[in-house]
Amino acid sequence: MDGIFLQQMINGLTLGSVYGLIAIGYTMVYGIIGMINFAHGEVYMISAYLAAISLALLAYFGIESFPLLILGTLIFTIVVTAVYGWTIERIAYKPLRNSTRLAPLISAIGISLILQNYAQISQGAQQQGVPTLLEGAWRMEVGNGFVQITYTKIFILVAAFVGMAFLTYVIKFTKLGRMCRATQQDRKMASILGINTDRVISYVFIIGAAMAALAGVLITMNYGTFDFYAGFVIGIKAFTAAVLGGIGSLPGAMLGGIILGIAESQFSGLVNSDYKDVFSFSLLVLILIFRPQGLLGRPLVAKV
Amino acid sequence: MSAANNNTIDIKKSFVDAILAGLISLIVFGPIVGVVLQGYSFNMEPMRVAWLVGIVMVGRFFLSLFLQTEKGLSVLQGFERPGSGVHVLPPDYKSRLRWVIPLVIVLAIIFPFMANKYVLTVVILGLIYVLLGLGLNIVVGLAGLLDLGYVAFYAIGAYGMALGYHYLGLGFWTVLPLAAVAAGLAGCILGFPVLRMHGDYLAIVTLGFGEIIRLILNNWLSFTGGPNGMPVPSPTFMGLEFGRRAKEGGVPFHEFFGLDYNPDLKFIFIYTVLFLVVLAVLYIKHRLTRMPVGRAWEALREDEIACRAMGLNHVLVKLSAFTLGASTAGLAGVFFASYQGFVNPSSFTFFESALILAIVVLGGMGSTVGVVIAAFVLTVAPELLRSFSEYRVLLFGILMVLMMIWRPRGLIRISRTGVTPRKGVAP
Repeated sequence: MDGIFLQQMINGLTLGSVYGLIAIGYTMVYGIIGMINFAHGEVYMISAYLAAISLALLAYFGIESFPLLILGTLIFTIVVTAVYGWTIERIAYKPLRNSTRLAPLISAIGISLILQNYAQISQGAQQQGVPTLLEGAWRMEVGNGFVQITYTKIFILVAAFVGMAFLTYVIKFTKLGRMCRATQQDRKMASILGINTDRVISYVFIIGAAMAALAGVLITMNYGTFDFYAGFVIGIKAFTAAVLGGIGSLPGAMLGGIILGIAESQFSGLVNSDYKDVFSFSLLVLILIFRPQGLLGRPLVAKV
Repeated sequence: MSAANNNTIDIKKSFVDAILAGLISLIVFGPIVGVVLQGYSFNMEPMRVAWLVGIVMVGRFFLSLFLQTEKGLSVLQGFERPGSGVHVLPPDYKSRLRWVIPLVIVLAIIFPFMANKYVLTVVILGLIYVLLGLGLNIVVGLAGLLDLGYVAFYAIGAYGMALGYHYLGLGFWTVLPLAAVAAGLAGCILGFPVLRMHGDYLAIVTLGFGEIIRLILNNWLSFTGGPNGMPVPSPTFMGLEFGRRAKEGGVPFHEFFGLDYNPDLKFIFIYTVLFLVVLAVLYIKHRLTRMPVGRAWEALREDEIACRAMGLNHVLVKLSAFTLGASTAGLAGVFFASYQGFVNPSSFTFFESALILAIVVLGGMGSTVGVVIAAFVLTVAPELLRSFSEYRVLLFGILMVLMMIWRPRGLIRISRTGVTPRKGVAP
């Protein structure tokens, strides 16, 4: 029994670290312009396609070694997805800065429909896949069962933590990060002090998209398959993670992602895997009822 | 946009804009459109990319040129003006609609005698979406709450009909009010905890709720039949059935009234009841917007903090809108189930919610006439343009974004007659 428990723990940790990466996009955008970016899940979905396309292209040019493949894919996917993030912000959200409160939300829904249908039309509705890149696993006897950790999972954990650590460094110690934090605290004051807040908002969308792209590459490596609808469910789950950790808080998003990933894996291992999505969504509702500010967030104070 | 270069058109700038847009679109469209995955390998489609990039460049060039003209500048400034809200009419203004409404009712009465079955079913579907649009319009348009799982309440109504018949033997007329109550109750239970918080959370919770309902319907094989769905009985009129022969020795409708048998009778009946329900909902909504609760909805939409400072109970006001919207969707669900004769979870995906939202957005937040027109346009147009069905979702998405940029309050302006204070009343 505890073999299964440990196994699900590890599965949950890998899944959760990826949720955390996507949740960063939600939490940063929410922190800075107070808007739920519904299209973020779709950005992740696009990045999964980009990862598969990049792998296919690299394989076509005869690149076989794992480090080159993964490096090429990561750079390609992150750059192109970041351009997507920037374009979306530019087209659909920037003209709505001073509009009604609902306008950016509805525009985001529109963008997410556009991206879904765009991927479906250009790539076909069927499931797509990528070959396994890293073969092999590390096994360990535990109690009456055994625990298996594939090398892919280890790679995902390492890559996700490197990504998060890099982002934390950028936000905490660089000029760009300081600008982001200032804009988050008070947009008007930041712009009075000479920060180009429009540009900072663009940067935030780019960072969010880049993190989603990293997640896209990692999830695609782990599961091997995806389709044009994949962004929807993962998007809601990543949002749940962001809310769980406290929306607007960067460490909260990572923590929330990991907790959600572990909870979901344990639920599907111990109870029922058909209802694991139902479990995650119910968790979201429950968090919003009992602790809307999340684990690490500050209570929301409405400003006039 | 400075006044200095008002009259000069800088073609070089437009060229630079177009080339930049082309580069960006090459990066954006290049991989996804140009490289089509096939298993683990791929096919190149460079022509599609070239077309798209070309369109974007030409479009950006002309847009850039247009925005440098006088007219373009005025359009640009028009975008930036917020709060172009409700249009107030003089107090004694009489709407032209008072001539249109009786005309529409007369047309609607004549209509079933003229139409064939296909047209009738399309119109029934249109009316169902009118009902859904009206319900969501209360939630999104009037109260300003974004409900992305609206289809869940629709599903509760439809499955209420199927399950009610299957397990309890309930008929159309019993389920109709019950479904409205059940959907309203579900809305109440879901809305109460969430509505206490910041408004945007509601959007994501309802999105999750819509997905929960669909997943349960899909996975609970023993109760709901899973993806195979469930049959729904035809409605009856005072116990009279619409089939050629009634079961268990009953008398079918056409024999009772001495009519010839008409296989479309069931649809004509659904159409009639549905039309009456739509009229009733229209009337109720019309009255509600003029009652204190309707005013409170709109006031909360415009400024929540001010409303709370004035002593409005924001949770109850929002909850009433959310519940009313949900129960309308429940009604629509019953009609949908009876009309189809069959329900399954694939009718209740997120896309349906998005379609209903598109109806409300296109029709104008809070405008009733707009929603009715938009519902018919968005449900009838796909029937006419079958060959474009692949691009339907794409068009809806583009429509939503453009509407939000161009006219966030909808195509049809909300107008309201002003009031003159009565004489003798202290100002």
